[in-house]
Amino acid sequence: MTVHVARLRLKTHFFTVLVVASGVSGNLSLSWGMRQFGRLVSLSPLAYIRAVFNPWVALGISLLLVWLFAQMALLSWADLSYVLPVTSIGYVLSAVAGKLFMHEKTSGWRWAGIALIVAGVLLVARTAPHRPGAPS
Amino acid sequence: MKWLLVAVIAVATTVSDVLQAAAMRRHGEIRDFRPGALGRVFAVLARNRLILASVAVMAVSFFAFIALLSIADLSFAVPATAASYVLETVLAKYLLKEPVTLERWAGASLVACGVALLAL
Repeated sequence: MTVHVARLRLKTHFFTVLVVASGVSGNLSLSWGMRQFGRLVSLSPLAYIRAVFNPWVALGISLLLVWLFAQMALLSWADLSYVLPVTSIGYVLSAVAGKLFMHEKTSGWRWAGIALIVAGVLLVARTAPHRPGAPS
Repeated sequence: MKWLLVAVIAVATTVSDVLQAAAMRRHGEIRDFRPGALGRVFAVLARNRLILASVAVMAVSFFAFIALLSIADLSFAVPATAASYVLETVLAKYLLKEPVTLERWAGASLVACGVALLAL
């Protein structure tokens, strides 16, 4: 029983890291690509199709597909209300990536927000992932 | 325009996540990660109506997101999409009937407050 719990915990941690890493790198790649592409606010599907052929946008989409499948796998045994807050560390890492790679200005308010998010993530990560159907 | 896109993304993401979670819960835990077994899981999920609906709504959210990235900072766009946090936790509890403990509520609320600050 404890072996099963330990294995479930390890599997959950591995997929959480995969979800966060692919999500952050995917968003960064998309952002980089859209900066090259230029302003895109349109109801015409053609403009979006052209954007998808930018190499960085295409790479971002590939990484977000990894993100999608990793998140689906994670959701097959862990609650949405566990997965969402825990993977939200990705918001923090995206802000850091924006500052480092896109040279965005990061205000004191944004860093304060980052601190609150980390606190929320730590609080949720302390609770055990619940398996749907298992007695809680 | 920025906030209109944020609203589209937040609602579409919430709907997509809830559909996806409902479908994966019905499917059950994935235990076998060998390529053949994963292929079979994929084939089953590709015929699942909840998953197909979830992917369609996710596409709406995605195109609104790249439109937002074309006019806003990455460090604004990504946190802003988390505007849906509290709504999602509420739906997880009442629609998916997940047990949401006080600790999880507190954690989700802190995340939501942090996200609101990030968007300033």
